[in-house]
Amino acid sequence: MSCCAPGAETAAELVTAPEADDETLFAASKELKDGTRQIDLALPDIHCAACINTVEGALNKLDMVENARVNLSTKRVRIAYRPGAGRPSALTAAITAKGYRSFLLDPAADQAGDRTLTSLTRALAVAGFAAGNIMLFSVSIWSGADAVTRDLFHWISALIAIPAVAYAGQPFFTSAWRALKHGALNMDVPISLAVILALLLSLFETINGGAHAYFDAAVSLLFFLLIGRTLDYMMREKARGAVRNLARLAPRTALRVFEDGHREQVPVDDIAQGMQLEIAAGERVPVDATIISGVSDADLSLVTGESVPERVGPGAALLAGTTNLSGTLSVSATKPAADSFLARMIALMEAAEGSKAGYKRIADRAAAIYAPAVHLLALATFLGWGFIGGNWHTATLNAIAVLIITCPCALALAVPIVHVVASGRLFERGIMLKDGAALERLAEITRIAFDKTGTLTRGKPVMTGQAFGDPALFDQAAALAATSRHPFSKALSARYAGLAATDATEVPGMGVEAKDNGHVWRLGRAAFCSAETQKLDAEGSIVWLSRNGEPVAAFSFTDQVRPEAPAVINTLKARGFAVSLLSGDRAGPVKALARNTGIADARAGLTPEDKLETLTTFTTEGEKVVMVGDGLNDAPALMAAHVSMAPSSAADIGRNAADFIYTRDSLEAVPFALDLARRAARAVKQNFGLAIAYNCVAVPLAVSGHVTPLVAALAMSSSSVLVTLNALRLRFGGAPLPVPTQPSAPETARPVPAE
Amino acid sequence: MSAVIFLIPIALFLGGLGLVAFLWSLKSGQYEDLEGAAHRILTDDETPEEEDDDHDTETERN
Repeated sequence: MSCCAPGAETAAELVTAPEADDETLFAASKELKDGTRQIDLALPDIHCAACINTVEGALNKLDMVENARVNLSTKRVRIAYRPGAGRPSALTAAITAKGYRSFLLDPAADQAGDRTLTSLTRALAVAGFAAGNIMLFSVSIWSGADAVTRDLFHWISALIAIPAVAYAGQPFFTSAWRALKHGALNMDVPISLAVILALLLSLFETINGGAHAYFDAAVSLLFFLLIGRTLDYMMREKARGAVRNLARLAPRTALRVFEDGHREQVPVDDIAQGMQLEIAAGERVPVDATIISGVSDADLSLVTGESVPERVGPGAALLAGTTNLSGTLSVSATKPAADSFLARMIALMEAAEGSKAGYKRIADRAAAIYAPAVHLLALATFLGWGFIGGNWHTATLNAIAVLIITCPCALALAVPIVHVVASGRLFERGIMLKDGAALERLAEITRIAFDKTGTLTRGKPVMTGQAFGDPALFDQAAALAATSRHPFSKALSARYAGLAATDATEVPGMGVEAKDNGHVWRLGRAAFCSAETQKLDAEGSIVWLSRNGEPVAAFSFTDQVRPEAPAVINTLKARGFAVSLLSGDRAGPVKALARNTGIADARAGLTPEDKLETLTTFTTEGEKVVMVGDGLNDAPALMAAHVSMAPSSAADIGRNAADFIYTRDSLEAVPFALDLARRAARAVKQNFGLAIAYNCVAVPLAVSGHVTPLVAALAMSSSSVLVTLNALRLRFGGAPLPVPTQPSAPETARPVPAE
Repeated sequence: MSAVIFLIPIALFLGGLGLVAFLWSLKSGQYEDLEGAAHRILTDDETPEEEDDDHDTETERN
């Protein structure tokens, strides 16, 4: 098979995907003129020219499609279609038929971020044009043009600079104004002040035929700062876009059964207490409910961290977010959606957010000291020259020169440039950084708290071996298993290439039964295979195979530890971090895992509130914790932690709460990100040092009145370039982690895409 | 000096032309999919309409 058709089977098994629902697709598409509609779908698997061709070709072949265009950078396709000519689900079906997965994006999450980037790029282009041309005039002035030519060049520079600053300076002016309105000072305040004053002073000098004009300084300053700001924005937008591609729209409806027996899809928000719902195998439970009838297996791994599916029957309580694995359940809602488990997690997260909001970015902290200091210095220069020298014109000139020369160009670039380079480096390794401030916080970390199921372990059972019986019977068991969607069955059939059993029936909560050549084969629980009395000496969960009611084979399964986990934890401990394990699972598996991976501080059976509580305790003890987790039950802890990381397979709510998302199915992302964050913090400090050193040289010159436009232009550009070069060092070094990649265990657990 | 009188407007005009061209290309969405543009040069969508089907099946086989 080609490199370009992965995951067709994954798409096929999602029964109630929103991508197959006409109404959801229709609602998610945007109305264009003349009645056509436009829809954006995420295509996580496309990566080459042939992919573009295949998808666009398949879509454009449909009559209803006006135009389909794949965007390889954002991994999306934009389709314009006529709703009258066909069903919207035909679009996703056409993509699926070519072997690609298509995800419907949550339109609410997708805001118009492009517009900010476009306006920043436009401002950058204008500033670049103005800076280049004005610099040409300045160079000829510095080379000693006569007075008439100089004045002419000053006037032309003024004509270019004034509109350019008015247009390109807007991002800084608005931000400075917003800060001042709230009584605060940020870096944009001294920047705006310096640019505007330099412009006014130069205009005044030009009108009076003076020798010194700072048009070049004002405009090239804006140009440098806009480069930093645009790059910063581009990088963040790229990471956010990738995170949004993961945020697949969850089915927001449930099948309600009315008293008279008819069924109807109703929005989840309309479900009230006591309503009867039907949940098919493979579906998520939408609200907290109790089972009225039906037997099935419930996968609680996202909800509680429990790794082994639980058998549930009438009377059992189900939490929202549980996956129903094998049988159809008829349930009665015990709580409306607004009070369900999921909603409780959201409420906990909102309460926990306070701790993070208190963090102040390094740049803002620096600005709070720097801005007043610079303004006082300028005032002192003004008063000093005025009273001592007695010439208030010179006093004004020198005071403004101080403001221009101290304009925190290098300082304002110091942080964003480092963040741009660092997040670019992270992105290459499949780690998406949502916000630069999280990188600063990650550098302060003292303790790492891991969740168990799905984070340190794979979160899916893996067959560890045959505990009993003839090895030749494996094929028979796997053929039966291939007909079921239970995680144990999937693990069993993953190593099997033969045909699935025909004529098999699944008995919900028990197992699978099939008839073959007069024999009755059963695969499932001990009770189902009449093996209750048999005792086996094997770890983990056991699945039995019986022939005509007689147990003939048994297979053992465990939730496998990620092969790299012990090495990663050793690396982290060696670097002086404390490591904790916070799990909602039972004490047995948690202890075994802690022993295998060498974690001393392991806590089992924690509720989401307990996890939150544990993190708060760590924080009050003065520790800064990074939480790594993937479940619904981790979401409040992810929110409360100083920094948080989640795998891309995490529950939506956890992914939204986390600061870092790692997409490669490996824990090595954790030490890599920690390492890079520390190096980034060091680079930021060095950059601040460089900027301050520059000021130590330049400020005395400015105060003593020795700064000419030439000195100002040279000093400011060279300090900006120096800071940028220093940040670029992050691109190199930090060699691959010393984590040995162990030969993986004899199973074929492939990275499973997020559901 | 006299040369400067007409050289400066010419220089500014040409620079401005570059700026306008960039702003136009930005507005017409030419920077929206830089990676895709690099790959699209490999596909020949200049083929006449009737050959389109053959062309599609060929890419699928790859």
